[in-house]
Amino acid sequence: MSLRKILDGMEPHFHKGGKWESWYALYEAVDTVFYKPSDVTKTTAHVRDGIDLKRMMITVWLCAFPAMFFGMYNTGLQANIVLADMGMAGVEGWRGALAAMLTAHDASSIWDNMILGALYFLPVYLTVFVVGGFWEVLFAMKRGHEVNEGFFVTSILFALILPPSIPLWQAALGISFGVVIGKEVFGGTGKNFLNPALTGRAFLFFAYPGAMSGDAVWTAVDGYTGATALSIASSQGIDALAQQITWFDAFFGTVQGSMGETSTLAIFIGGAILLATGIASLRIVIGVFLGMTVTSLLLNAIGSDTNPMFALPFYWHLVIGGFAFGMIFMATDPVSASMTNKGKWIYGALIGFMVVLIRVVNPAFPEGMMLAILFANLFAPLIDHFVVQSNIKRRLARV
Amino acid sequence: MEELLSLFVRSIFIENMALAFFLGMCTFLAISKKVDAALGLGIAVVVVLTITVPVNNVIYTYLLADGALVWAGLPDVDLSFLGLISYIGVIAAIVQIMEMVLDKYFPPLYNALGVFLPLITVNCAIMGAALFMVERDYNLVESTVFGAGSGVGWALAITALAGIREKMKYSDVPDGLKGLGITFITVGLMSLGFMSFGGIDL
Repeated sequence: MSLRKILDGMEPHFHKGGKWESWYALYEAVDTVFYKPSDVTKTTAHVRDGIDLKRMMITVWLCAFPAMFFGMYNTGLQANIVLADMGMAGVEGWRGALAAMLTAHDASSIWDNMILGALYFLPVYLTVFVVGGFWEVLFAMKRGHEVNEGFFVTSILFALILPPSIPLWQAALGISFGVVIGKEVFGGTGKNFLNPALTGRAFLFFAYPGAMSGDAVWTAVDGYTGATALSIASSQGIDALAQQITWFDAFFGTVQGSMGETSTLAIFIGGAILLATGIASLRIVIGVFLGMTVTSLLLNAIGSDTNPMFALPFYWHLVIGGFAFGMIFMATDPVSASMTNKGKWIYGALIGFMVVLIRVVNPAFPEGMMLAILFANLFAPLIDHFVVQSNIKRRLARV
Repeated sequence: MEELLSLFVRSIFIENMALAFFLGMCTFLAISKKVDAALGLGIAVVVVLTITVPVNNVIYTYLLADGALVWAGLPDVDLSFLGLISYIGVIAAIVQIMEMVLDKYFPPLYNALGVFLPLITVNCAIMGAALFMVERDYNLVESTVFGAGSGVGWALAITALAGIREKMKYSDVPDGLKGLGITFITVGLMSLGFMSFGGIDL
């Protein structure tokens, strides 16, 4: 019996009046994972294309995989290096027990690093996925909309921007806030105005600053403090940073940081696919990059005696912190970004400008990508409004 | 000069009247359905604030503050308890004048703002700016800059909110949250975005 027949056989039970009526959203979700939905646009003008929201979101999800696998490797690598330095035999807790069964702690072995990193990343991801998925399905069933693969993207992006030492209950709380307040109260995917993953992270950042920032959280070993590249740069300056890590270290990603954000290379691999398939907007990515470059060149030129961040060149801004990850995966979120072509340029440039400004001028936050994107999300609809108005005005003048 | 610039930037972004102090909420929530009306109201608030804060500053410095009446030969008189009522009076008078000006020269804007223009009189952002001016001991120039900056910040916030609410026409908000409920949540999330400036020390 083929899968199609099984699904078709079950379908009547999920329709109105069937015995599993309230579970329809879940049935629909499973069905469309395997088969293309048969619905087509009912009004006249539409474009025929195999790609729909589901396929689009799954592509983003897959494109986050290079960053995810590298993130696991790097989490393990950082932990193993620290363990060797501190002369410890293993990490504490249930992860340590599992790690002792599965692997040794040799920082030069890719396998060991990968397994240890997976022991940190996968539980976080699983928690995020299950808790977030619960809210998504609950709202879909009660409100009668479809379960959407947008959630696959939100969950993996949210897990990748958490520090490795995050307690699992905080990850669950963060994704709950992101999905419910950031998205579902507005009616689900496509109807929100902030990026849900970033909303959840910002919530955690302000509610539990001790677990989300500072120097102690970026390595998976208890009691070890290791600063991120950004906080070294902001406290000691670019020269001190360049002595500790090279630009290529930061580019390949073997540095401290949130789990998925460190490797600019891995992010660009996924990003190249997203840009080639047209899922991520090239205008936004270039806008962010240009905004960042121009602002940092400007600040380089202004200079400052007391604040070493003024001197940080743009190619360092690109590789450290969450800049690359935010530029490729967060800023290009089609829901919360500007929709018009001209608006995308402005929106991107606003993010690039804000991220450098927060990193350099604001002493409270060493990293600015998250808040810069949230800030630009607020103004995206307004940018669109004015672009549309100016288009209307230009065309009226032509009449 | 640099000090004034940093005061201006601070009052727009870091100490945003609407999103950091949550002042002027009634008009902020009520007139933010359309970008054009919000922009008009925002400009009205900028104008009112830029005029009323320095005027109140003059009144405070030369009439109300402790020992301010020394020029009239009354060095021991402290009229600062009359502060609240004087500021409100000044604000009400200026709003009245502005209403007449708008009615005469910009009728569409006058009609769009409707009852909310007189309501600017009791907008807490405007009263708040006058009180902040007293509390922080701004001089005349500083209070002009502070008034203009607070107004621009408030206008920026309400215009952004109106943009978001225009977009939210396509949202599918649960019945119980429709209208004001979802707007409160939106404003809360907006102030999360404005946290990016929190901690900047200019």
